[in-house]
Amino acid sequence: MSDLVKNIIRFAAFILIQVYVLNRIPPVHRFIVPYLYFLYILWLPFKTTPINLMLIAFVFGISLDSFTNTPGLHAAACVLIAFIRPYLITIILPQERKELYYTNPSVKSLGGVAPYALYISVLTFIHHLYLTFLEWLSTGNWWYFLGKVLATTGVSLMLILIAEILVYRKDQMRTNA
Amino acid sequence: MRNIFLFLKNRSKFIIFVALQVIALWILFKYNKFHEAAYLGVAGEITGRINQQYNKVEYYFQLKQTNDALVRENLELRQQLAQNFEAPDTSFTNFTDTVNFLKDNEQRKYRYRSAKVLNNTYTLTDNYLTIHIGTAQGVQKDMGVIGADGVVGTIVNAGKNFSVVMSLLHHQSKLSARHLRSGETGSVYWEGESPFELTMTNVQKSVEVKVGDTIVTSQYASYRYPQGIMIGTVIEVEENNSRNFHTLKLRPSTHFNRLEWVTVVENLQLEEQLAIEESTRKN
Repeated sequence: MSDLVKNIIRFAAFILIQVYVLNRIPPVHRFIVPYLYFLYILWLPFKTTPINLMLIAFVFGISLDSFTNTPGLHAAACVLIAFIRPYLITIILPQERKELYYTNPSVKSLGGVAPYALYISVLTFIHHLYLTFLEWLSTGNWWYFLGKVLATTGVSLMLILIAEILVYRKDQMRTNA
Repeated sequence: MRNIFLFLKNRSKFIIFVALQVIALWILFKYNKFHEAAYLGVAGEITGRINQQYNKVEYYFQLKQTNDALVRENLELRQQLAQNFEAPDTSFTNFTDTVNFLKDNEQRKYRYRSAKVLNNTYTLTDNYLTIHIGTAQGVQKDMGVIGADGVVGTIVNAGKNFSVVMSLLHHQSKLSARHLRSGETGSVYWEGESPFELTMTNVQKSVEVKVGDTIVTSQYASYRYPQGIMIGTVIEVEENNSRNFHTLKLRPSTHFNRLEWVTVVENLQLEEQLAIEESTRKN
């Protein structure tokens, strides 16, 4: 399956899972909202140019927004992590491996569990921080803001871990084709 | 000139980032303010259709609760029938005057339309429901929505066949409520934290409020909901000596996580009421 087809299927799958599975989980605590959908942006191939990355993120976010009736909210957060992603990868990726190797960000391609975990958790945290900040502008409760950012980040990291275990992604080598 | 283009080219990533952020934030805040967006009209029809397909499956899992709620509601209506009342004293009569029902629109204040809930969120900061009824069926913006157990919300966007309802669990939702036992009114809103907690304020301290008291819609909310529709029960009376008003925590009577059918309330006398209120304000 080509990268394009794979990512189109993933696009739909992530949105449907977020809307019809995760958003329907009965609330456990007021801090906890299970978010997983943004993993789609973290899994996009390395070769996506920064501008395409942001455009894809915007369309992806706005698609989720039309289901939750919050136009712009998730789109803004997605565009932010899409903007930061290339810079973070440049910092994390070992200099000597930058050239060829793998197509998608994964444990192997980023050179171990620690760099990959850093990559995931930094972007997850930024995503939730920005998302909760935008929500906080309308509600305005400092402790709620802080608690929600930390709790949702924790829950998301757990969900991402489960997704990484469940979804088998082949570590493809980059080819010239 | 060339330098400007070079600058734009070098910074294109950042410029596109800023542009997309501005677009996203602009629709976010504009939508929150005016509750309407052209884009939702189109998107609403598409997501409505997807939701409808999903609901076909999900509906079966909720059949039992839906049935229970309908039986409860039927029982309540049956209790109000005139033939339930019989007194040994023949001067006492209790009857339902059917004239009012027959001469439909003259005295009728509310008309009801039932609608299926297609999509429903309750864990976010601003929650909405999508229902399968729209302007083609006579539904308009700003109509009230109630469920079998109590108040659900207000219609904020009516499309042709689908409408979006702002649920009580929304930071802009606010409605006038009455403490049933004392008749004292106050206002109910949501603080945006727990879907199991509404807040009620402006109830005078002179009123004794106990945990478990019922809160219903007041006569001041009657342009949207019939009065006496249940909102919730008191679960906590907050201690605050600095204010003259109670702050109450309510548990909403509507179970937002298992809504299947709702009723849209149309107030047939609203136009007349608004017209007279408007003309008073002008004077």
